[in-house]
Amino acid sequence: MSVLIYIDHADGQVKKVSHEALSYGAALAKAIGTTAEGLVLGKTSGDLAVLGIYGITKVHQVTHANLDQVDAQVFAALIADAAIAVNASVVIFSNNINGKAIAPRVSVRLKAGLVSGAVSLPDLTNGFVVRKSVFSGKAFARVEINTPIKVIAVNPNAYPVHTLEGQAEVVALDLQPRDSRIKVTATNKISGKVPLSEADLVVSAGRGLKGPENWGMVEELAELLGAATACSRPVADAHWRPHHEHVGQTGLAIAPNLYIAIGISGAIQHLAGVNRSKVIVVINKDPEAPFFKAADYGIVGDAFEVVPKIITAVRKLKGIA
Amino acid sequence: MKILVSISKTPDTTAKIAFTDNNTKFATDGVQWIINPYDEWYALVRAIELKEKDPSVSVHLINVGGADAEPILRKALALGGDEAIRVNTEGNDSYYIASQIAFVAKEGTYDLVLTGKETIDFNGSSIGGMLAEMLDLPFVSLATSLEISGITATVKREIEGGEESIHADLPLVVSCQKGMAEARIPNMRGIMSARTKPLKVVEPVAAENLTSIKSFELPPAKAGVKLVSADDAGELVRLLHEEAKSF
Repeated sequence: MSVLIYIDHADGQVKKVSHEALSYGAALAKAIGTTAEGLVLGKTSGDLAVLGIYGITKVHQVTHANLDQVDAQVFAALIADAAIAVNASVVIFSNNINGKAIAPRVSVRLKAGLVSGAVSLPDLTNGFVVRKSVFSGKAFARVEINTPIKVIAVNPNAYPVHTLEGQAEVVALDLQPRDSRIKVTATNKISGKVPLSEADLVVSAGRGLKGPENWGMVEELAELLGAATACSRPVADAHWRPHHEHVGQTGLAIAPNLYIAIGISGAIQHLAGVNRSKVIVVINKDPEAPFFKAADYGIVGDAFEVVPKIITAVRKLKGIA
Repeated sequence: MKILVSISKTPDTTAKIAFTDNNTKFATDGVQWIINPYDEWYALVRAIELKEKDPSVSVHLINVGGADAEPILRKALALGGDEAIRVNTEGNDSYYIASQIAFVAKEGTYDLVLTGKETIDFNGSSIGGMLAEMLDLPFVSLATSLEISGITATVKREIEGGEESIHADLPLVVSCQKGMAEARIPNMRGIMSARTKPLKVVEPVAAENLTSIKSFELPPAKAGVKLVSADDAGELVRLLHEEAKSF
C-alpha cells in the first residue's frame, strides 16, 4: 500500500503546486499508516532526491523522449500503470491545468472515485470523505469516495507546504509510454512575467482605471511586489487588457495569497474567480462597492491618488529609492 | 461531421447558494436555472459556428438529467442545435454522468465531443477527461479556439503562462473556455423552430457511482473589512507586510 503523488514540472523544475500536493500526500500517508511516493514523468533538471523534504520516501521516474509534451491520454495510462506497480491506494494530483486533464482519465482507468478541487485532508473517521470547493468557491461539499483506490486533485494554494529533514530514493520506473495522438505545433509563453495561475500575489484592476493608458501604475506595483497582473471582465472585453488576464466566473479562477483589486466593484461573477484568495485588498472610490464586503483590507479613495502612495510605501519598505 | 455537445443545467451565476435537508441538498427555491455558461457560450456556440460554415455538420446536444432540464435543452436547440438527447436520470458522481454520455457518444459515432471547461456548480472539470478515457480518445482541455479541416482539428489551448497549438485527428474530445466563441441570444426564428426539433428521452445505462456527496457547508463569514484612510496608504502596506504577512 502507498500514496502516490503525481509531480508536475515545467522547464525542468518541479512546480510549486506539486510541493503542496506532496505535502498533502505525505500527511495522508501518515494518517493511514503507509508511505508516500512521488512520480515524475519526463526529464527534470536537478536532484529529485531533495523532494524527500516533503515527506516522501521514493520518487519514481519514467524518462522517455515521448514525455516532453504533456498528452493527458499518454500520461494517464502511465500513471495508472505506476499506481498498480506501487500498489497505490490513493493517487494525488494538483488540481492545476495538467491535473484537471489527467486525473479524470486515471480515475476511469483505475475505476477509482475522483474528488477534484480538494481543500483539506480526507476525514477518515467514517469512511473516506474529502472536502472540496463547489459553487465557484461559494461553498464546500463533503464527498465520500466509495472505491478501494481513490484519486484526489488538490486545489492550488489550499494546503500548506510542510518540510522536514529527509532524502527520497530516486527509482527509475520501466514503463513504456504509448504513442501520442496529438501533436503540439507551437507553444507561446508570455515570458518574463509571473503566470497568473501560479502567482502568489496578484494586482488587478477594473473599469475604475478609465482606460488602458492608465495601467502603468498597476504594472509598476505588480513588478515591485513580484506579482502578476489581472483584470475584470469589462476590461478584457473592451480589449484594454489581454483576455488571459481576466479573472472571474468566466475567466480564470485564482487563489493567490494576496489579491489587490483596484477600481473593481466586485460583481458576484468577479468574486467567484477570486474568493479563494487568502487576503483581499480593495481600493475603490465608492464606499458602497460590494467588493468591500468580501475584502480583508480596504481603502475608500481615488485609485489615481492611492496607488502611487502605495507604490511609494512599498519602495520604502523594500529599500528601493 | 457529427458534433455532440454536453449541456449541463446549473443555477444562475447570481443565485443564492444555500442548503436544505440538514445541509445535504442545494436549496432550489427561487433559483433560476441556466445552461452552464461554459457549455453554452463556448462549446455550443462554437459547434453552431462550425455548422454555419459547413451545412453538412450536425450538432446534437446531450443532457443527463430530469424532465426539468428540458427548458434549457429547448434554449440550446433555439440557439442552433439540431437534436437533443436527455438521459433520464440524475446524479452528481462524475463517473456515473460520464458513463451515460459515453454510451450515447459511442452509439451515435460522433466525430467531435465538446464540453465546457467545468460546471459552475460542482466545479469538477472531470467529465471531458473521463469521457475521453471511456471512448479511448485524445482530450484537449481548456481550448480557446478550434478549427476543423477535413479530419484534422487545430486547437489552441491554455497552458500555464501561455498557450499551445495542437493538431489532432478526429474523433476528439475538447473542453472549451473563453476565447472559443462569443455568447449569443436565440432569435425568434430559432425559438420557433426549437419547438419542433427532436428532443429524445433515453433511459440510463447501468453504471456505478464511485463517489457520493455527504453534505454541504458554507464558508465562515469574513471578519469584516479593515479600512485604512486614503491619506495613509503606508499603513496599508505596513498591515499587509506585518499583520497579513502577504509580502
